[in-house]
Amino acid sequence: MKILVVTEQRDGQWNRASFETLTAAQQAARATGASITAVVAGKSVGSLAKELAAYKVAEVLAIEHDLLEKYTPDGYTLALKQVITEARPDFIFFPHTYQVRDFAPKLAASLGRGMIADCVGLRYENGHLVFVRQMFQGKTAADVIFQGDAPWFASFQAGAFRGDQAETGGSAAPRNVNVDLKPEQIRTKPLELFREAKQAVDLTQAPIIVAIGRGIKEPTNIPLAEKLAQTIGGEIAASRPICDEGWLPMERQIGSSGQTVAPKLYLAIGISGAIQHVVGMKGSRTIVAINKDANAPIFEVADYGIVGDLFEIVPALTEELAKSK
Amino acid sequence: MNIVVCVKQVPAKDAPLAIPEGAAWIRETDIGFELNEPDGYALEEALRLKEKHGGEVVAVSMGPERSKQAIKEALAKGAERGVHISDDKFYELDPLGSARCLAAAIKREKFDLVLTGLQSDDHGFGQTGVLLAELLGLPHATIIMQIDAADGRLKLKRELEAGWFQWVELPLPAVLSIQSGINKPRYATLKGIMAAKKKEIATLTRAELGVTVSPTQRIERIYVPKKTKKTEILTGTAKEAAAKLVEKLKHEARVL
Repeated sequence: MKILVVTEQRDGQWNRASFETLTAAQQAARATGASITAVVAGKSVGSLAKELAAYKVAEVLAIEHDLLEKYTPDGYTLALKQVITEARPDFIFFPHTYQVRDFAPKLAASLGRGMIADCVGLRYENGHLVFVRQMFQGKTAADVIFQGDAPWFASFQAGAFRGDQAETGGSAAPRNVNVDLKPEQIRTKPLELFREAKQAVDLTQAPIIVAIGRGIKEPTNIPLAEKLAQTIGGEIAASRPICDEGWLPMERQIGSSGQTVAPKLYLAIGISGAIQHVVGMKGSRTIVAINKDANAPIFEVADYGIVGDLFEIVPALTEELAKSK
Repeated sequence: MNIVVCVKQVPAKDAPLAIPEGAAWIRETDIGFELNEPDGYALEEALRLKEKHGGEVVAVSMGPERSKQAIKEALAKGAERGVHISDDKFYELDPLGSARCLAAAIKREKFDLVLTGLQSDDHGFGQTGVLLAELLGLPHATIIMQIDAADGRLKLKRELEAGWFQWVELPLPAVLSIQSGINKPRYATLKGIMAAKKKEIATLTRAELGVTVSPTQRIERIYVPKKTKKTEILTGTAKEAAAKLVEKLKHEARVL
């Protein structure tokens, strides 16, 4: 059995989630006795391939082509399809990045195969791998198994495995694979990358964060949370829906599309704890959740929780904090 | 510009989810359903493009009878027609199977653009748009935050991770997955709701579409996940719970 791990890089910089996927693959390989082939694609990826070769993998493939310098779904699909056809892996593992979401289902479908996306766990049971993913915004988990013929495609959520636990000690010499790509096969034209003008707030440096979610209900209620943030000496932040509504600027968004933070104290107020938010804050040292729904997934990651009406609890908490100073 | 927008009906956000033992789907009785929120942004974007460039918006949905409500909402907001792929066992389909059904229905339409939301709030596969592009043989882009259309081409603002964006261009026809927050979805007006009653919803079945599906994956069971962390729930009145929390944060967690 063979597992192909598709890593991700941009302009020579790793997407660190690549190594989390490598850890997932190594775990699956230990259970099944599979061998691992790691692959990196781009215009010039020789040094990255060498870095991969230091890890405990059987084989490292470097796909180099001028048309892979900038990511396009057509370019990456066509290149990896050729590599998969040649390497004949049973499983293909990806980090569940925005880029992977953009092309991996297409790649699988181009081979008539399916993909189990955004997995948070993996186990070996009754002779096959069981993939665990979340449903209903994290309120439930699902055990999913593959059907039909290999190859089988899976991607792993950021933070589901630890990249620093990927085993090193490999001795594979990277091998270059040639792929056939023509400019006319690539239908999208990638243009410049940019960041929105101001990134004035660096939430990653804040020791305390007070984050609000849908539970805050109205923008006129935000001062309640702001007062708490002020009293406790923290920065105000939010889950995506609050920023989508324009109630707080996008730069204060925590989660997969916003900032990833790990403060010493994170207060999640009226935040249900959808996966997209939790990946951005679950590394925090102490997490407090205040929510009216005792079954909200945010309580899964919280150290302390208060179940109740935030409009009563937040002012009470602000008052207690002021008193204790 | 003729636009097909895919909409899904999902359990309401605050619906209490009951899972029968060993089941792969929730018990549907006694819960409310609503238009999948990410699809609401795709619908709004479709309506805005139509209002700017002309053409029609067709809302396509797959699911049991109840999912017609998602189509009706689209019609009330301004879509011209609806297509309902009637399927009581939609939840047994894998992402590829669902996409094959949708693609077969969309192929019957004359369209320039297909829009989907980024993902559904129930299954959350997040694959439909990308799969439709492959099955329809069209270029695509995902996580779109802005669409500029001119001369048969689109210029698109894609969201990347950690605050980065990218402009990409592609030719029409195409498939786009819309990022939530791209616009502010409108509410249906009373006039719109009345007008929707006269609009056509065509119903198709998987057999009529000629789609045979062979699942690539199967959900064995769904369940409430086990807690990985021990959460200490602080009880009492708001004041009591708040006082306990301050105490814990000071002396136990030592973060204040």
